[in-house]
Amino acid sequence: MTPSRAAFAAILAKDLRSELRTLQSLPAMALFSVTTFVIFRFGLDRTSLSGSLAAGVLWATLLFAAVLGINRLFVAEREEGGFDAIRLAPIDRSVLFGAKVAALLVYLLALELVAVPIFAIFFLDDAAGLGPLVAVLLLADLGLAATGTLISSMAVNSRARDLLVPLVLLPLIVPLMIAATGATEPLLALGGPSYHRFGTWLMVLGLYDLIFGLVGYAVFDFLLED
Amino acid sequence: MYGKGLKPLSIATVAMLAVSLSLVFFYAPLDADQGFIQKIFYVHVPLAIVALVGFIIGGIFAIAHLRTNNRKWDAYSYVSIHISVIFGVAVLITGAIWAKASWGHWWVWDEPTLVSFLIVFLLYATYYPFRYAIEDRDRQARYASVFAVTAGAFVPLNFMAVRMAQSLVHPRTFATAEGGMPGEMMLAFLCMLVAIGLLCTTLVKFELTAKSASGQVKRLRRALDAPVAGGSSRIAPEVS
Repeated sequence: MTPSRAAFAAILAKDLRSELRTLQSLPAMALFSVTTFVIFRFGLDRTSLSGSLAAGVLWATLLFAAVLGINRLFVAEREEGGFDAIRLAPIDRSVLFGAKVAALLVYLLALELVAVPIFAIFFLDDAAGLGPLVAVLLLADLGLAATGTLISSMAVNSRARDLLVPLVLLPLIVPLMIAATGATEPLLALGGPSYHRFGTWLMVLGLYDLIFGLVGYAVFDFLLED
Repeated sequence: MYGKGLKPLSIATVAMLAVSLSLVFFYAPLDADQGFIQKIFYVHVPLAIVALVGFIIGGIFAIAHLRTNNRKWDAYSYVSIHISVIFGVAVLITGAIWAKASWGHWWVWDEPTLVSFLIVFLLYATYYPFRYAIEDRDRQARYASVFAVTAGAFVPLNFMAVRMAQSLVHPRTFATAEGGMPGEMMLAFLCMLVAIGLLCTTLVKFELTAKSASGQVKRLRRALDAPVAGGSSRIAPEVS
């Protein structure tokens, strides 16, 4: 194993282990998403959803639940001196970016493992669209993880961390949300899934992932300098 | 040192604005469909173009700052984004007025350029709270540059995504105007574009000059060992 890959695996394993032991983010994210579904049920006064409403409720909920995890992503690094340790270690700093993106990706997938089935049970009459939805979820999670990691690492060193993450992240995520809801809407349409512009939206999601993955990789070094 | 050339530049800006505005009002013909209100096009569209270019240039300055670690580039980046955000407010207001006059609503969601601009504006509006929240000056400059680079990459992507979200393309005045715009209109439009671009450059230069002057005053005061009265605002980067 190259040193970078060993460091990547070590940081990722450290993150996942500490999350498993402390359970700081994941239960909160899952609980938040379920509560939000209940709020949407009364806010919209609908017991079943389809099409654009279903896509909007699902993605708005997942996004806000993700913000909770993104907020906490670097807190341990800052408070327990993880940043200093990374700076001291003879490894490429981008490794930390990669590992954090991977950790956040795991959190998001775990969140969706809980939230999406519950969403289907609560609101969907027809769960046939959930199969292809996995592709949308994966690509959107990748972009959300890249942007979220970048913003989280910037916000954690500021005075207003909890405020800045949603404030800066939400406008940045708009194109991702446009593509994700655009792809999800026909999948959850009334009367069975259809694939209207599905490939196009997946390509937009892929492009978003690529651009923000590269930007994050390129600028992350500067966020760790001191 | 930033004040050099400021006077001729200001005079040129005022002259160009005066010439362009008189071209807009007395030379360019009235639009057949929209009448007089279409004149707002000559302000709205150049402002939007200049603001977007300013955002991108802010990102390029930010790259220069990250590469050279010279604080001058951070100040350039900050001032470009600052002036562009102010122009952005004007774009949204003139856009709303134009939408009200030609479509009957203050805001239309099926005009992708306007919606994209709003999203870009919302993102850049968070530049200030973001800068405010970081105390250490070096770190503030570096993080602000990272923000400017990220947001610069975001601008084209966002325009593409919003354009694609349009299920049916609204007949767009600018597209039709650009295609079949009579020569007189085109001339007035291009003159306005140059004038607004000059205005932006002048304002950027003014702000940099003011910052450099107040930085010098501060340093002189410090050299005289006198306490600084008032002081400059926290977010504003200093120029040496």
